[in-house]
Amino acid sequence: MATTKDTAPVHEVRPTTQELRIPTRFIPTPTIEPGHSFATITDHISTIVLRKKTPLGWLIGFLISMCGVTLMLVSITYLIAKGVGIWGVNRPVGWGFAIINFVWWIGIGHAGTLISAILLLLRQEWRTSINRFAEAMTLFAVAAAGIYPALHVGRPWYAYWLFPYPNTMSLWPQFRSPLMWDVFAVSTYAIVSLLFWYVGLIPDLATLRDRATNIWVKRAYGLPALGWRGSAKHWHRYEHAYLLLAGLSTPLVLSVHTIVSFDFAVAQVPGWHSTFFPPYFVAGAVFAGFAMVLTLAIPARIFFKLEDFITMKHLENMGKIMLATGLIVFYSYMMELFLAWYSGDPFEIFLAKMRLVGPYRHMYYALIVCNGLAPQMMWFKRLRTSTFWLFLTAMFVNAGMWLERFVIVPVSLSRDFLPSSWGMYHGTFWDWSLLIGSIGLFFALLFLFVRFLPMIAIFEMRTLLPEAKAHAEGEAH
Amino acid sequence: MAQIFHRSANTISRVTIFGAIFIAGFILWVIGGIVRSPYFTNQGIEREQIVPFSHQHHVGGLGIDCRYCHTSVETSNFAGIPPTSTCMNCHAQIWTSAQLLEPVRSSYATGRPLIWSRVHRLPDYVHFNHSIHISKGIGCVSCHGRVDKMNLTYQAMPMTMQWCLSCHRAPEKFVRPRNEVFNLAYESPNQAVDGPRLVKEYKIQSFTHCSTCHY
Amino acid sequence: MSDEKSLTYSDFRKRIGDVKHPEYWRSLDELMRSEVFDDFMHDEFPRQAAALTSGVDRRDFMKLMGASMAMAGLVACNQPDQKIVPYVNQPENLIPGKPIFFASAMVAGGLAKGVLVESHMGRPTKIEGNPDHPSSLGASDSFMQASILGLYDPERSQVVRRLGEISTYSEFLGALQPVLNAARANGSGLRVLTQTITSPTLGNQIQQVLAQYPGSKWHQWEPAGGHNAREGARLAFGGYVNPVYHFDQASVVVSLGSDFMGEGPAHLRYARDFMSGRRVRRGSTTMNRLYAIESMPTQTGGCADHRFPVKPSEIEGIARALLGVAPAPASWVSAIARDLQNNRGRGIVIAGDEQPPAVHALAHAINQALGNNGATVTFTDPVEVAPANQLESLRELVTDMNAGRVSALIVLGGNPVFDAPADFDFRAATDKVPFRAHLSPYYDETSYHAHWHIPETHYLETWSDARAHDGTVTIMQPLIAPLYNGRSAHEILGALIGGLDLSPYDTVRSYWFSKGANEISWRKWLNDGVIAGSALPVRTAGASGAIPPATRQSGNGATGVEIELRPDPTIHDGRFANNAWLQELPKPVTKITWDNVMIIGPALAKQIGFDADDRDPLVNEKQTRMVDVEYHGVKMRMPVWVVPGHAEGAATVFFGYGREHGGAVASEKGKGFNIYRFRFSDALSGGAGARITLTNDPPYPIACVQEHQSIDPKDVGERGIVQSASFTEFQKDPEFARERERKEAGESELQGEAAGEPYDQQMYPPYDYSKQHAWGMVIDTTVCTGCNGCVSACQAENNISVVGKEEVVREREMHWLRIDRYYRGNPENPETFHMPVPCMQCETAPCEPVCPVGATSHSIDGLNDMTYNRCVGTRYCSNNCPYKVRHFNFFHYADYDTPALKPMRNPDVTVRTRGVMEKCTYCVQRINAAKIEAEKADRPIPDGEFTTACAQACPTDAIVFGDLNDKSSRVAKLKQEPTNYALLPGLNTRPRTTYLATVRNPNPEIRG
Repeated sequence: MATTKDTAPVHEVRPTTQELRIPTRFIPTPTIEPGHSFATITDHISTIVLRKKTPLGWLIGFLISMCGVTLMLVSITYLIAKGVGIWGVNRPVGWGFAIINFVWWIGIGHAGTLISAILLLLRQEWRTSINRFAEAMTLFAVAAAGIYPALHVGRPWYAYWLFPYPNTMSLWPQFRSPLMWDVFAVSTYAIVSLLFWYVGLIPDLATLRDRATNIWVKRAYGLPALGWRGSAKHWHRYEHAYLLLAGLSTPLVLSVHTIVSFDFAVAQVPGWHSTFFPPYFVAGAVFAGFAMVLTLAIPARIFFKLEDFITMKHLENMGKIMLATGLIVFYSYMMELFLAWYSGDPFEIFLAKMRLVGPYRHMYYALIVCNGLAPQMMWFKRLRTSTFWLFLTAMFVNAGMWLERFVIVPVSLSRDFLPSSWGMYHGTFWDWSLLIGSIGLFFALLFLFVRFLPMIAIFEMRTLLPEAKAHAEGEAH
Repeated sequence: MAQIFHRSANTISRVTIFGAIFIAGFILWVIGGIVRSPYFTNQGIEREQIVPFSHQHHVGGLGIDCRYCHTSVETSNFAGIPPTSTCMNCHAQIWTSAQLLEPVRSSYATGRPLIWSRVHRLPDYVHFNHSIHISKGIGCVSCHGRVDKMNLTYQAMPMTMQWCLSCHRAPEKFVRPRNEVFNLAYESPNQAVDGPRLVKEYKIQSFTHCSTCHY
Repeated sequence: MSDEKSLTYSDFRKRIGDVKHPEYWRSLDELMRSEVFDDFMHDEFPRQAAALTSGVDRRDFMKLMGASMAMAGLVACNQPDQKIVPYVNQPENLIPGKPIFFASAMVAGGLAKGVLVESHMGRPTKIEGNPDHPSSLGASDSFMQASILGLYDPERSQVVRRLGEISTYSEFLGALQPVLNAARANGSGLRVLTQTITSPTLGNQIQQVLAQYPGSKWHQWEPAGGHNAREGARLAFGGYVNPVYHFDQASVVVSLGSDFMGEGPAHLRYARDFMSGRRVRRGSTTMNRLYAIESMPTQTGGCADHRFPVKPSEIEGIARALLGVAPAPASWVSAIARDLQNNRGRGIVIAGDEQPPAVHALAHAINQALGNNGATVTFTDPVEVAPANQLESLRELVTDMNAGRVSALIVLGGNPVFDAPADFDFRAATDKVPFRAHLSPYYDETSYHAHWHIPETHYLETWSDARAHDGTVTIMQPLIAPLYNGRSAHEILGALIGGLDLSPYDTVRSYWFSKGANEISWRKWLNDGVIAGSALPVRTAGASGAIPPATRQSGNGATGVEIELRPDPTIHDGRFANNAWLQELPKPVTKITWDNVMIIGPALAKQIGFDADDRDPLVNEKQTRMVDVEYHGVKMRMPVWVVPGHAEGAATVFFGYGREHGGAVASEKGKGFNIYRFRFSDALSGGAGARITLTNDPPYPIACVQEHQSIDPKDVGERGIVQSASFTEFQKDPEFARERERKEAGESELQGEAAGEPYDQQMYPPYDYSKQHAWGMVIDTTVCTGCNGCVSACQAENNISVVGKEEVVREREMHWLRIDRYYRGNPENPETFHMPVPCMQCETAPCEPVCPVGATSHSIDGLNDMTYNRCVGTRYCSNNCPYKVRHFNFFHYADYDTPALKPMRNPDVTVRTRGVMEKCTYCVQRINAAKIEAEKADRPIPDGEFTTACAQACPTDAIVFGDLNDKSSRVAKLKQEPTNYALLPGLNTRPRTTYLATVRNPNPEIRG
């Protein structure tokens, strides 16, 4: 196993510009503030993790989110004891918060992979400082989403019947059901993004291993570091693996939410039964994802003094993306209304009408404000480059995306074909508690992450340094 | 700097990483085996009975027909457990003083029924009908095994849904002439020929849609 | 359902064990005595594998631990040791596992409705109508269906009580003797109070009592006993007669506030007869016509061709106008009069029980004048043993009690303390009686104020007899030994007479043998459920006397709101208040469950400031405002409810609610408001002068299963749910429903057809139904009266759980079959449509492909199977069902724990657990049973050999079920009818359940 003697001292770090070479015209403003050297980067980021005493703020934040987790555990226990009747679901509205939250979280989980994989393939180097915890966020969002599918069913202890396995009933699941497709799509996504994130971590784990002083900490980081020594061979393999995974997860970004949208599009409920759901959902997911990244990045860079690494350029770019995807989403809302009218189907038309003037109209208008109007602020550079306004917009979008799912799921169900079976849906205490609980879970995981793992890819940051570039340029000839 | 891991760590890590897959697979395989095992299907468990009634003696030995006691097997979904009076038809004359039969006699005298422990049990959501299977030429032995060889009665077949379907999907493998239904010893000389013929002759439909059994 | 667990199994068995049994049930008796009868029932009665009851108890935590999924899965495999308990001597007519049917009769308001009772190994599980019985003709109503729950109800009174303390029957007899001796000695003092009695045997016993005790008196009080009809007949003909209406002979029917198809002892028969004149089929040339003149929209009014909402008091004036002795208040009145004239001898004018005797007399007079009497209306002697003015009879009793002239009061059935007219203050009067005994199925209000309470047997537990509306006698036979140590009126009267050892069986049997019965005829009567030819002979009613003088000044002079009191449609006069099935049954027109409300029309609502329209009409109403009602100096606060089509200036309330005692369901879960406080001897069915004021109380939750959705396109778009036309339109274009169906099928399909593509394109390979049966159903919306008979029948047949008021408010009711009610036209007097909606059994069912575990799947004969034990409960199928006929167990609704309820369940249907979807299966258990029998005999299933529970119960034969592959079957023929249409055809679900469009026959002379 590796001794630290031949582990890479700074000057030996192999720049990775083979894959990451950036034509100079793409970097008008630096994605890392000047005055940093390999050493300072490594220091700054790794000390956040390795420092002995935990900052008070972190403790408080972690405690609060743990309260959320506890709330979640309590409501899950009560749910399993009593049944889904503790929620507001009824007939006709068979799906409520559980599905809304599931779709919401899965959506949020998109940005990570998008940033890491697609922007990597697109050679967007500004991604480097945010991809690490975007990926982490993805994982935790998927984890938060993961608690719902099993819990929302009436008999969770039989949820394993959804998996195709040889059984004494000689029965298979119903492969025609979109819920089946979900099972595969989401689990695949979770696995791939986990791998992607982990592979990305390996070099930094090694760095932490080497910088740690306590033998047990060394071991703790050393084990997952898989004996990384940063040798040329390692780097070579590493980068291939990383690119492969990037290529693998790129289609997933599109597939997961496409399939999630099938849960609705395949059904014939007015307001669900629509072919443009897949692009609409994917755009919405990216939208939500970047909003969440901003929601996390802005406080994090202040709290951990990372302004130098997560520069205004990052934030601004994310703002731009929010604007772009936001416009797509807004367009989709309009299309929904247009298609309803264009279809000539009385049920679709009526449902569209219900969204505008029905009992849930306020939800719809709130949605338009959050997802339609709020992002328009991003047209203005002044707002785009102000953390306050960015944060505000992001918050609007987070709420808006949840509202969007509410408008799609219960509102459509509450007014379907036969007036005799119309109903109303209202979230109960237990609906809310599980939502808050899952948010708690999400943040608890996130807090653990920022405490024990480098939230910014150290080695990739190094590659942003001018000397690294010079080195790269030089070598390229 | 000191070594933080022993050399063996390399091997160990490799083994665990690759082994994990196989271990997981193995565990699933074991579970699959357990749920199919007699332990779970309650096969071959001889139940304690209030009277140690021996089918071997009554059926194998004396050759009493199944229907003498299980009277409703041809007419009802429930084959029927004989009332005490049925036992007393014979045991009023023979073995009148046998200690074993004391419960029977007292039941008949006091009017308190005999209480047997159930040997074959289907879940409550499975609606099985004896009479139709009998009339379509499915022999008792196909589900109950050689009761004429059982001293204390036990469940011979797994009674899993898989097992039910094995016949419902291929009745020709099990169907027998109607007059051999109650003949536990019957072996078709040539099932491959008889089976399909009888299936046609008895108009066996062998449904597999859910509401055949579950409603 | 009841949460009462106080009844442990051992008492249950003990009580059964202790009572004397007729020989007949010896074997059952032994079965009941057996130590492990409950285990036996565990074997016999389906439960689900996973038993998670709603409470968090030990079992739950086992499951919580076992939530490690795999374990939970495996746990189901290892089942505990189970016992089998055979008979000692098996009754030879009994085949284990096969039901037997016995004929008997249910008595409501004293009159009999014939029933066939399905018995599974000695346990009655289901009631059907007796086809041979004149009042049933094989149909059954919700009271009959729910009576099976009434039998097992663990809250029924189970012990004799003396001043509330548990006592025994023999102690009661001991206490009774001195009283009787006293009565014998110094005459008088002894009073017997019963409800209406038609039972010849009971009558005979009572006569003996009266003979034995000089000065003793017999009083009768039936709260909703058709007093006005009885008095009206006397007013008209100078003596009590029993009119029998023949609606099948009538082509014009005028209802003066009468709900003859919804209430009364003969409503099943009358509905069937009336609808026989309305079955519009290809080439029909005639159709009868119904005018309903009423205040509260009733079932009858809902089927009417013309409905005129008028104040109750205005009806008398209209009646006079129809008779021609008063000017017509409106043009339509004279139109009706002309219509009646044109149909002399083919018309019926019938007055409602709430109308005063005068109106009944007028109705008789009109029929007389039109020559209907003797043709469409015949008369017999009264069916009651002793027809009497029960109000006066009760008044006399109360006066005597107050005067201290009553030394002993024996109340046989009934609940007078609760339901006697308010001004009698019956309770106070009884306090002056030194000896009070009350025989009643529940420990109710009257029992509380009696010295002695004796539990009464259910009609399925005892021998008796009773007459039908035409006098036909049924011998009632018990299906099971008294579960709760009950006694029948025969026994109490026997005790009074001195025949203590006489069982009801002996009493009834000896009476009829004394009337010339013999063993053969007796057996035949029991078998048939009727005594052939025992109907009372038709007699002339005698000429109608003088026109009665006007009693109520029509409308004018009446100040304030006019209030009408009617018996509740589901719990009747309160006697069924503890029956959870009936409590949760949506009331025919209002669709309200578990409550009674002050029903008013839209205009009055505006007047009192309760504007039903200030609420978004598209938002569901699950709550309403409270109002203060002041009437006759009595003030009451109760919820108000707006019913479109209710007469203006009038309000309607149902009495029967507001029980103080008699079971938790009656007195807590479904308490409601006691309207008897408004019921005064001088105005039994209410009157003018009520003042209604809106309060600012917090909103009151109302468990209403369907709100006032209209199907007005301007509100909900053109949905084509209800297809209707007038008879003349139908004759012009019999295919009117199909035309619209095509239109709704949508542009795309039509273009598709034009392009030569089949209309029924589908994604997945179609099924081939040609080899097997193809079960289908047709529902004739023209003849559906929305009576709920089918809903209750379905509940009884399929072990459907009751969920309780809170859950209904959350829109989680479980009825597999619901009756949708739609309005069209202006809210002042809309057209009403009833549409029973079971599962459509779609051939291309939207629910099937979306279930991830394949718990709902397609059967070879086209059923849409629902496999409860495979369901994990994603609810996706329910979301995707356009008809919303799938029902989900959000909690553990089924009661697994109450032992008394286990024998009630249908052993052929799985009792569903929590977290499982359930739905109508066309009674697949009946289908399979029939198929198996046919297969065994190697014969086809003849049409009508069996049918679904709903179709069997339906009084008007609106629901027809059968095999579509059998071209000669009724259902197959009906599918060929021009008016046949599918619900939501545009979705291409190809439902197996289709509808015959509603055809009405309005009078062209009357506009609007």
